Amino acid sequence: MLADLGFAIIVITFVLALYSAIIAILGERKKSPILVESARRAQLLTFPLLTLAAAILIYQLINNKFDVSFVYEVTSRSMPTYLKITAWWGGQAGSLLFWSWLLSAFTSIVTLRNWDRDREFLPWVIVVSSVTLAFFLSLNVFFENPFARFYQTIDGVSAYTFKPAGGVPIIPDEGQGLNPLLRHPGMIIHPPLLYLGYVSFVIPFAFAIAALVTGRTDDRWARITRRWTLWAWMFLSLGLVLGARWAYDVLGWGGYWGWDPVEIAAFMPWLTGTAFLHSVMIQEKRGMLKHWNMILIMLTYALVIFGTFLTRSGVLSSVHAFAQSAIGPMFFGFIGMTFIVSIALLIWRWPELKSETEMKSMFSRDAFFLFNNLLFLSVLVVSFWGVIFPLVSELFTGQKITVGPPFYERANAPIFGTMMALMGIAPLTAWGKSTALTLGRALWKPTIPALFIPVWAYLSGYTNWVALIGFFLVAFVISVTLYDTIRSAHARQRAHKEKFTTSLLRLASRNRRRYGGYLIHISMMLMAIGILGIELFQTETQGTISKGQSLQLGRYTINYNDVASWDVPEKGVNHTRAVVDIYKDNKYIGQLYPRIDYYFDSNQTMTIPALRSTLQDDLYILLVDWEPVSASGATFKIFHNPLVNWLWIGSLALIASMLFTAWPDKDPSLRPVRARKHAVQPGAAD
Amino acid sequence: MQQKKFIWGGLLILGAVVLLIVTSTEANAEYFMTIDELKAEGAQVTGKSLRVSGAVDGDTIEYDAQSLTLSFEVAHVTGNNADIEAQGGLAKVLHEAVVDTTRERLQVVYVGAKPDLLRGEAQAIMVGSISDDGIFYADELLLKCPTKYEEAVPEPLDNFKPIT
Repeated sequence: MLADLGFAIIVITFVLALYSAIIAILGERKKSPILVESARRAQLLTFPLLTLAAAILIYQLINNKFDVSFVYEVTSRSMPTYLKITAWWGGQAGSLLFWSWLLSAFTSIVTLRNWDRDREFLPWVIVVSSVTLAFFLSLNVFFENPFARFYQTIDGVSAYTFKPAGGVPIIPDEGQGLNPLLRHPGMIIHPPLLYLGYVSFVIPFAFAIAALVTGRTDDRWARITRRWTLWAWMFLSLGLVLGARWAYDVLGWGGYWGWDPVEIAAFMPWLTGTAFLHSVMIQEKRGMLKHWNMILIMLTYALVIFGTFLTRSGVLSSVHAFAQSAIGPMFFGFIGMTFIVSIALLIWRWPELKSETEMKSMFSRDAFFLFNNLLFLSVLVVSFWGVIFPLVSELFTGQKITVGPPFYERANAPIFGTMMALMGIAPLTAWGKSTALTLGRALWKPTIPALFIPVWAYLSGYTNWVALIGFFLVAFVISVTLYDTIRSAHARQRAHKEKFTTSLLRLASRNRRRYGGYLIHISMMLMAIGILGIELFQTETQGTISKGQSLQLGRYTINYNDVASWDVPEKGVNHTRAVVDIYKDNKYIGQLYPRIDYYFDSNQTMTIPALRSTLQDDLYILLVDWEPVSASGATFKIFHNPLVNWLWIGSLALIASMLFTAWPDKDPSLRPVRARKHAVQPGAAD
Repeated sequence: MQQKKFIWGGLLILGAVVLLIVTSTEANAEYFMTIDELKAEGAQVTGKSLRVSGAVDGDTIEYDAQSLTLSFEVAHVTGNNADIEAQGGLAKVLHEAVVDTTRERLQVVYVGAKPDLLRGEAQAIMVGSISDDGIFYADELLLKCPTKYEEAVPEPLDNFKPIT
């Protein structure tokens, strides 16, 4: 049977991963190249094997093999093929396999590409990633077999890996179908992107551990994995943004982020990862913060595993908890074990990771990077506190107390504001020594134009003072960033006697990390405009009206025109669609079609909002309820979300900026020149 | 000397963050309570921000579509997940709570659209506060339907005979 073969492959891969980890350690300890090579081959073999297991799973999904419980849970006959394929990560067992498959692929890329160059690190990289792989595969082997099949015994129907005694196979004619909430383009690529981000962070962590074990305490590990870290960060950011867009489009509460524990779980590794991206630059440039970087990457790894656990274990009831199971203790055990081992290694190497220089000035770039790091960690602490507070309060007071979104917003807003101020000032600071005076001299020019923005916003009716500070900071960051870029381009223009645009392009393409970083900062600021708009100025109304009647929200009038309901049998869904006419300042501007979808197979309704999106604002209309007999009419909920489109525009800009920053260099000569005297030989850094 | 400055700077940030966390926690704490606990506390909790869960009694659901006012009663269920498991799962616990007329009940009023999942024997989690008249005014209403949380298994065969 194909399903049995799939399971057998997972078991074999699990054994191979264990073998690879153990033999790599043995090979290193006995200085035996043959053993190390054997470990490497075992590792390389995991990828084709897992690809085969995945192919079998996808084959089962496409061909409606509902006797396999995973297929039964996530697909139904009426689902189109592409959805059946993406159902691979629509449930717990499948998404764990997906995780393993990605990790195996990434580790293979590392061992294939860098084997000769990084001989001393790679055996330990194999150990770390194989241990991680073995852990994830063990979940599939012992708890969540994606190939388990249904059998009926005297106790009833249940899924079994092996045929139970006296069991009769059950082959259902139809599956339950993927949760309709997940049948959205954003949701189809949101989990894989998040997972790509998660899994990519395993590689820098593996190199960090390798550096600690082998005692190479320079920044070699960070240089090798710099690009991995960037890609990891990029995928994680993309995953978060897509998740936000999905929530906005599908969940129908007019928002994009609810400080749900699972959202926070995905956000936390992003925070430590972002802090790491910044502080690793100080290590490269100045040889400082070595311990700190190790701690950050270890935290990121732990939070990545924790994030996977939260999204996949169902411990927290949230919109994300689509699955529940008993793998919690396994995850906690694994996170605890890896964290203790990493910290032990770090303590062992602590004296050797001494800083090469001291931080000299509070106004130097080094100091600003350090403050920025502390702020990211502050947001992490706030978020983590919010998640564990119910447990803490119950433990100490016996009373379970929770905190909602207002807690996170209130506590994080000042931190985000400070972060933006730093983001604005930092580009004008210098490495090493700097004083308040030199910094002030550099800053005043770009600050002045930024002051006009809050004035203009105030006059346009945005009178909330938090918003005004926010708008100023946004303008400040953009203004300083542009000022610094143009200034540098001018300097280059004078030196090289080129056209200004040529100078600008060459400058940016030769120092992509710096200017890519700038672009990312600007994109973030565009997103901040959207966030300020929706958080501070969102208004809403709701009402039940009959045909011909209207609802008013600010300058908008929506008029209930018509409603219709029809089945689409081939998709297994019923649509109920309302037609509403939209007027702004009593002028007709168009029609919108909010609707309710009802899925027969899963017996679930989905409220699909209708959107009118402009740069100024979004009108977001939900058809909440309706009466088939037209007498009493329909209930609508309307949100007015000012400026929110900038969040999505900023997200697109972010994607472009990240690609610019992380795209591999074709010409090695374009690599930035190392500023520090301990730099390794050219060409060694990737 | 410089190092000292950085330590002070770090401590300052740490202090600010602790302050932010403490004040924000105090300002936004929601007390998680069962209906029994709520009734036991009496007038002490009036006006406080609360998060209460209970089993919806389907017979009491009333909805006025014009004013969008929804009212229903919830019956006490235990807040402890282990107890729920021990008593045979969420669906069973909710069912018993609604059937048992001796249980403490709470009258809930919510203004807004009627949620799809609001039906008898659903688990409701309400965020809001209790007023002097003993009615719980919910600002937020979350619902869980026990059927969605049952293990996904297909129908058993009618003519089942174990293979021996």
